[in-house]
Amino acid sequence: MTSPARAVEPPLLSVKNLSVAFPTEDGLVQAVDDVSFSVEKGKTLAIVGESGSGKSVTAQAIMGLIDRKAARMTGEIWLDGQELIGLPADEMQALRGSQVAMIFQDPMSSLHPFYRVGAQITEAIFAHRSVGAKAARAEALEMLQRVGIPAAERRIDDYPHQLSGGMRQRVMIAMALINKPALLIADEPTTALDVTVQAQILGLIGSLQSEFQITVIMITHDLGIVADVADDVAVMYGGRIVEVAPTSVLYHQPEMPYTLGLLSSVPRMDRDVSMRLEPIPGNPPSPIRLPPGCVFAPRCKYVDRVPGGACASARPELLHAAPDHLVRCHLPSEERQQIAQDLLRVLAGGAA
Amino acid sequence: MTAERGDILKVTDLRTYFPVRSSGLIPRVIGQVKAVDGVSLHIGPGETLGLVGESGSGKTTVARSILLLAHPTSGTIELDGQDITRLAPSALVPVRRKAQMIFQDPYNALNPRHTVGTIISAPFKIQNVVPPGGVKAAVAELMERVGLNPEHYNRYPNEFSGGQRQRIGIARAIALRPKLIVCDEPVSALDVSIQAQIVNLLRDLQQEFGISYLFVAHDLAVVRQISHRVAVMYLGKIMESAPRKTIYTAPLHPYTHSLLSAVPIPDPSLQKRRSRIMLEGDLPSPINPPSGCVFRTRCYQAQERCSREVPPLSELEDGHFVACHFPVARPPVQTTVPAAADGLTGALRVG
Repeated sequence: MTSPARAVEPPLLSVKNLSVAFPTEDGLVQAVDDVSFSVEKGKTLAIVGESGSGKSVTAQAIMGLIDRKAARMTGEIWLDGQELIGLPADEMQALRGSQVAMIFQDPMSSLHPFYRVGAQITEAIFAHRSVGAKAARAEALEMLQRVGIPAAERRIDDYPHQLSGGMRQRVMIAMALINKPALLIADEPTTALDVTVQAQILGLIGSLQSEFQITVIMITHDLGIVADVADDVAVMYGGRIVEVAPTSVLYHQPEMPYTLGLLSSVPRMDRDVSMRLEPIPGNPPSPIRLPPGCVFAPRCKYVDRVPGGACASARPELLHAAPDHLVRCHLPSEERQQIAQDLLRVLAGGAA
Repeated sequence: MTAERGDILKVTDLRTYFPVRSSGLIPRVIGQVKAVDGVSLHIGPGETLGLVGESGSGKTTVARSILLLAHPTSGTIELDGQDITRLAPSALVPVRRKAQMIFQDPYNALNPRHTVGTIISAPFKIQNVVPPGGVKAAVAELMERVGLNPEHYNRYPNEFSGGQRQRIGIARAIALRPKLIVCDEPVSALDVSIQAQIVNLLRDLQQEFGISYLFVAHDLAVVRQISHRVAVMYLGKIMESAPRKTIYTAPLHPYTHSLLSAVPIPDPSLQKRRSRIMLEGDLPSPINPPSGCVFRTRCYQAQERCSREVPPLSELEDGHFVACHFPVARPPVQTTVPAAADGLTGALRVG
């Protein structure tokens, strides 16, 4: 996050007031609502949220993958000094893959089933650089070895179905990084994988990140993964960012009641099981009928503490609780901190 | 495993193989996928057995075989004292009253053209049971019990969220007060805040009705939250089984050690301090499993003997079963797999 003390260099990516809405027959789906954040070079920002929170649409907007005819998009996306939203399609095409790349949840449906993996990687090279076929293949092979494909010289001629899920995700990573992009967006990259393979893939992304100096946006619903990889975290709910903080602050001094709800509903291996999980009551809001005030108000335990029913009627702004800590909540900061510390004490007290 | 009298479910040496056929004009059987290969387990009244494993471990096939939704190749399944393994399909109807299932995907497990009322009342109709007060009242009561609004009786599944659909599936499963519910990944398709709601609901229902659960899942933290005992599967076999606390605090199988260490803990400072075992590679193909111990190709302490002998599932401590030639109380601190597994400390050699 940009804090005055650290921000000598401008952030690599900065998203300002991004809104994405899709008109549908049932009404306007407000998928992303006034989202702003920035990521410094070489850092990892995790965007956490449940399904429908708008985290994937945010990623697609950065990648220029939102269909302008189907969506209403406003705001600014600055990548390394260049504004992306107004960019013509061919210029965005040139950036995609070379400056910003993305890996997806399901590597089977993002790889073409009819082409050999080597051909799919070299295609990414040819899209951006004029390289000979032999040199491109050598480069693809080297990348496959780097991402840990065993017997890569043989596997390069495999079809995607011949590889396991973990191997396919490695191929996706090889393809995404072959043109050395500055920004890698990983959208739930390990959700479809087993936990032992997940550990491998997260470790791989981390080591490639430091080797190639890549900035990473990790989109996930798993707070364990966030704790593992992220420098900063943005929590999304109902299309809005509700809290942004450095990772350790978010886990140890959270303030937004939704973040608290998430932290106390996740079963943890380091806590006593005799304690009941504290789920967040109710269900996430429909993106067509977002609550008029705070999006989380219908599920929030603390709405009564705010006078005048402001939570239900007035939209809270994302405000500074500390220089690098932003919270969207009507409760006064001291009260939020008190609630959070009481709750964390209860949770930690149960540790066996 | 030692079975005690009064077990609700007792599975002995269950094997479920699926034939692999050659492509071509006249397909021939050219091999077998040993999805479940000699699994024994038992569940007592009101008890939850967690069955964990990665994809391809055979845990779902175990679940389906127990309800005879997959045909067991050999072995026996006893439900409430009755051997149901070879029952004809028509004889299964009364069995279904005792054992029900909750599925992973609440979207596909409910008929989209039936109302919630029809879905939840189906067990009464199929089993010809008329509850006191009538079916409609019973369904309303069930809906209320699982946290649904009984006024939504005439709504269709698509009007509900994922969590609410899973509640519909649970209401249907408990309608006839079964003794056993097989839960196949019941929360893995749900968001975290909803997962906790469903886990708590299942726990409450167990306390209220004394239902036994076979809880099949890949998420070790969720399994820990609900299980009394846990069995860990790998490539069709049980690697380790023990009471919950033992599995999570004092496991002996290298695979259990690596599984536990791979689960990220949602606490950045704790997560950075942890030492982790990184398993290399993927699950081998179940068509052509490794000789000897099936885990040896990924094991950080495999030795020559592991490729020769299949380690039996033996009881090393009271109620703690381990299938390993070289069980370890404490794994070596490492983040990658060493070339040779020499110099292990704390290795406990057995038989």
